[in-house]
Amino acid sequence: MLKRVHFPTSVLPYLLVAPQIIITLIFFIWPASQAIYQSFLIEDAFGLSTEFVWFENFTHLATDDLYLGTFGRTIFFSVCVAVLSMSAAIVLAGFADRVVRGATTYRTLLIWPYAVAPVLAGALWVFMFNPTLGIFPYILQFAGIDWNHYLNGSHAMMLVIFAAAWKQIAYNFLFYLAAMQSIPKSLIEAAAIDGAGPVRRFWDHIFPLVSPTTFFLLVVNAVYAFFDTFGIIHAVTQGGPANATTVLVYKVYNDGFVGLDLGGSAAQSVILMALVIAMTVVQFRYVERKVEY
Amino acid sequence: MTHSRALFFGAASMALTAGTAFAQTEISWWHAMGGTNGERVDKIAADFNATQSDYVVVPTYKGNYTETMTAAVAAFRAGEQPHIVQVFEVGTATMMAAEGAIYPIEKLMADAGEPFDGNDYLPAVVSYYQTPEGELLSMPFNSSTPVLWYNADALASAGVEVPTTWEEMKVAAQALVDDGMACGFSFGWQSWVMIENFSAWHDLQIGTQENGFTGFDTELTFNNDAVAARLQEIADMQDGKLFVYGGRRGDSLPMFTNGECGMWLNSSAYYGSMVSQAEFEFGQAQLPVDLSVADAPQNSIIGGATLWALQGHEADEYKGLAKFMTYLSSPEVQAWWHQETGYVPITTAAADLSAEQGFYESNPGTDTAIEQLSLNTPTANSRGLRFGNFVQIRDVINEEMEALWAGNATAQEALDKAVERGNELLRRFERSVN
Repeated sequence: MLKRVHFPTSVLPYLLVAPQIIITLIFFIWPASQAIYQSFLIEDAFGLSTEFVWFENFTHLATDDLYLGTFGRTIFFSVCVAVLSMSAAIVLAGFADRVVRGATTYRTLLIWPYAVAPVLAGALWVFMFNPTLGIFPYILQFAGIDWNHYLNGSHAMMLVIFAAAWKQIAYNFLFYLAAMQSIPKSLIEAAAIDGAGPVRRFWDHIFPLVSPTTFFLLVVNAVYAFFDTFGIIHAVTQGGPANATTVLVYKVYNDGFVGLDLGGSAAQSVILMALVIAMTVVQFRYVERKVEY
Repeated sequence: MTHSRALFFGAASMALTAGTAFAQTEISWWHAMGGTNGERVDKIAADFNATQSDYVVVPTYKGNYTETMTAAVAAFRAGEQPHIVQVFEVGTATMMAAEGAIYPIEKLMADAGEPFDGNDYLPAVVSYYQTPEGELLSMPFNSSTPVLWYNADALASAGVEVPTTWEEMKVAAQALVDDGMACGFSFGWQSWVMIENFSAWHDLQIGTQENGFTGFDTELTFNNDAVAARLQEIADMQDGKLFVYGGRRGDSLPMFTNGECGMWLNSSAYYGSMVSQAEFEFGQAQLPVDLSVADAPQNSIIGGATLWALQGHEADEYKGLAKFMTYLSSPEVQAWWHQETGYVPITTAAADLSAEQGFYESNPGTDTAIEQLSLNTPTANSRGLRFGNFVQIRDVINEEMEALWAGNATAQEALDKAVERGNELLRRFERSVN
């Protein structure tokens, strides 16, 4: 028998959630609504003359080859970052999971890069890959590669992918390691008794068993690559050369803050907002249900 | 007890700050001069503050040019704008279009009763920032112009004179390469040097409506035969390494100072870098002339930044601002700034003073920039340009020119594409200000 309990109505619960609601309203809903409003305007930088143009900023973007190119580039960038950082993380986690002696030290060292701010991570890579001063161009020279990410767009793209992926490995590692440690030891031991080697055990048992984590990380990494890599790109290439590393979020900044085209920039951020909402919906509605345990 | 004490201290400190604010009127100056030049800006403000006791000029470094401009725009929208903001020359059209936000300098000086004579200023410097009627909108502060930098040792070793025409440029570049150099010449800020200044130097139109001075309905026209032929020849010169592209802005500077390239076309304001980095005899000469386009050069145009006064402050504060402008453009201050930085002086008196002080004699070539700028009375084609969204248009030009250097387009194709894309941005700007 269920027993119903009636609480007297009180303002207390409303008061308790009020701070969170106010913060959400001020820092999320209000700016977002401003962005949507701004995206319907063509306006000069100082806000002295404003024209309401409905969806013109959006149709302009839809017909702009540069913007569409940026879309494709962003997807390429995000896929590369996600695949690279997740595969590196799962390998590292696989090894760290097997380590018995000094496990804490390994783990701490592997988690370390996560504490590095994106801009600093970018600065590190800039120094290492500086065409005239860096250590890597010097080494690559022996392989016959003339590294110059200031002129070569592919070099620049590779560099920001590596920097962004490296930064994210630590985060992915944490989740993979936790997932692997929650796998019952008996399963792995049974496989070992049946004669499966470490590689076989990884592919047949560990990899399928951590697949929920993989799907979760896939979404998180996509969001990371889409939105959080601004600092790295700004520090490493500033979107260049010739827009070779301009991803969506960087173009929002560049058009809005450098070019002072506020309407166009706002329209782009509204599109980004729609994208992140879509990704979150996919994460909750689709991914979480479809994963087989 | 603690409450009343806190109250007392609060009131006392408020009284103190209020006291200083009443005694001296504060004038805020947002600028984009980092490093050594930032220290020089501080010195100018401090020296002005020492000359009188009514006003205090407070300079604040706000990041690079774009960051400073964006900061001022954002501050204006929030009603917190500074009195003076330093804006680079490509932001001129944006500032000018913001009629309710800016206070034209010439009008400000008249309203404040400060003496001001437009004829004191170098025509090629101020004409960039005048209305078609000749009213000065902003105060030129740091201006430079592109010149031909040359490695005198390398030219002597190759046995050639400093080129004055593009024909001679080619010969000299060939001689340098034959003499063992890795490249003949290179340049930076390619839109500014090879399109904007090449056009002005040969009296060619860059855009309709007097290069945008007389109306926002301007269209770019630099995809003409003369510019296309010049750029195509330069692109062809890449074959024998007579020309090597070294990136945007000043990225190719090391190629010149390392002794890879014997000649370099870029701003006269690199003088300081040359002095500290080049380990050879270097010099600056006037830009080469393309004899197939013009017999003699017209004048070059400037780059750099000016100081804009923003609306929304008290009349008394503008009075102090006007006094500061007078101080800033005085021959002594200008001559000092010019000799320290390599930027051109903004008044003829400052140039004369520098000559009197013997600066040009002891530093030959440092007057090249002024000579180039004041070669002739600027024409409608050579007094500068005023295009909206020009920051993005320069990026477009950079991208299309890089396609040319990479061999993906002919000069004509690259210029046509740049004009087409640039015009789209101009139309967008026209929409935003009307």
